[in-house]
Amino acid sequence: MMEELLASPYFGIALSVAAFGVGVKLNRKLKTPICNPLIIAIVLIVAVLLIFRIPYESYNVGGEIINMFLAPATACLAVAIYTKIDILKQYWLPIVIGCAAGSAASMGSVYLLCRLFGLDESMTASLLPKSVTTPIAVSIAEPAGGVVPITVVAVIFTGILGGIFAPLLIKIFRISDPIAAGLAIGASSHAVGTSKAIELGEVEGAMSGLAIGICGLITVLFSMLL
Amino acid sequence: MKIIKQIGILFAVCWISQLIEYVLPFAFPASVIGMGLLLVCLLTGFLKVEHIQEKADFLLENMAFFFVPAGVSIINYFDILKSAAVQLVVICVISTVITFAVTAVSVKFTIRLMNRRKS
Repeated sequence: MMEELLASPYFGIALSVAAFGVGVKLNRKLKTPICNPLIIAIVLIVAVLLIFRIPYESYNVGGEIINMFLAPATACLAVAIYTKIDILKQYWLPIVIGCAAGSAASMGSVYLLCRLFGLDESMTASLLPKSVTTPIAVSIAEPAGGVVPITVVAVIFTGILGGIFAPLLIKIFRISDPIAAGLAIGASSHAVGTSKAIELGEVEGAMSGLAIGICGLITVLFSMLL
Repeated sequence: MKIIKQIGILFAVCWISQLIEYVLPFAFPASVIGMGLLLVCLLTGFLKVEHIQEKADFLLENMAFFFVPAGVSIINYFDILKSAAVQLVVICVISTVITFAVTAVSVKFTIRLMNRRKS
């Protein structure tokens, strides 16, 4: 009886919403990028499943319904790009060059480091797209033989790193131009970094948002060439 | 009805993207095709932002939530993660700094070149 109830899609969805709600609350209270709502939600749900010995498959009945919204959410990045089309038209050259160079640097450095550490093919495939936004990273890693949850963890971790270190990196590399700073944040740490870029300024935020979509596209193209 | 219509439009875009993915001779993620398709629809005026505004805001603002189940599936991969945790952290830190630096410097350089051309 209990098992059947746990395998109801309502259970997985309700648990996910509740855990994410706790994550958002904690994030607002503590205001540090380490308390990312997504990470808090994942930790809470994993803990609940392990403590109450609930099979992952039961949770995932509802989980798959939430997964279904990933594709439309990715498509909606187009709306974010469209609303910034004027800046894109004015600075298209530095934007495209910066995003292409950044994407190449990200994939190249990950590939070399994976070789250096002797990680296997599937691990390398999981990590290669880690600088782009999660839906795109997953859709690159999965067909290449990567392990999707590792990609998700690496992407979120990268985003949090960018969120924490962006102001410091701007100082170290002496980036006074807000366009360069915004694009660099978006290219290196996608949406989580963008939330920091928005705090730094309007131009930084818009550029960072733009870099998410463009780096995503460029990374897809690069990974097809490999 | 307004929201239902917006959901309908977006899901239709996603379905057409899956169709395109199926027809394409090479592998290309349907979600990215959807992004391109939607951008083309907006740029050509076939769709107006108002047609999908609320639903798009809802999806973009709550983007992180939709990744919760994908992240939870890490529960099945604890062994792999344990075996490579240190390498994973080092790789993420180094490549994030490199990506940031390369992007920022190349943008700075391109803008400087453009300004020099102008003047």
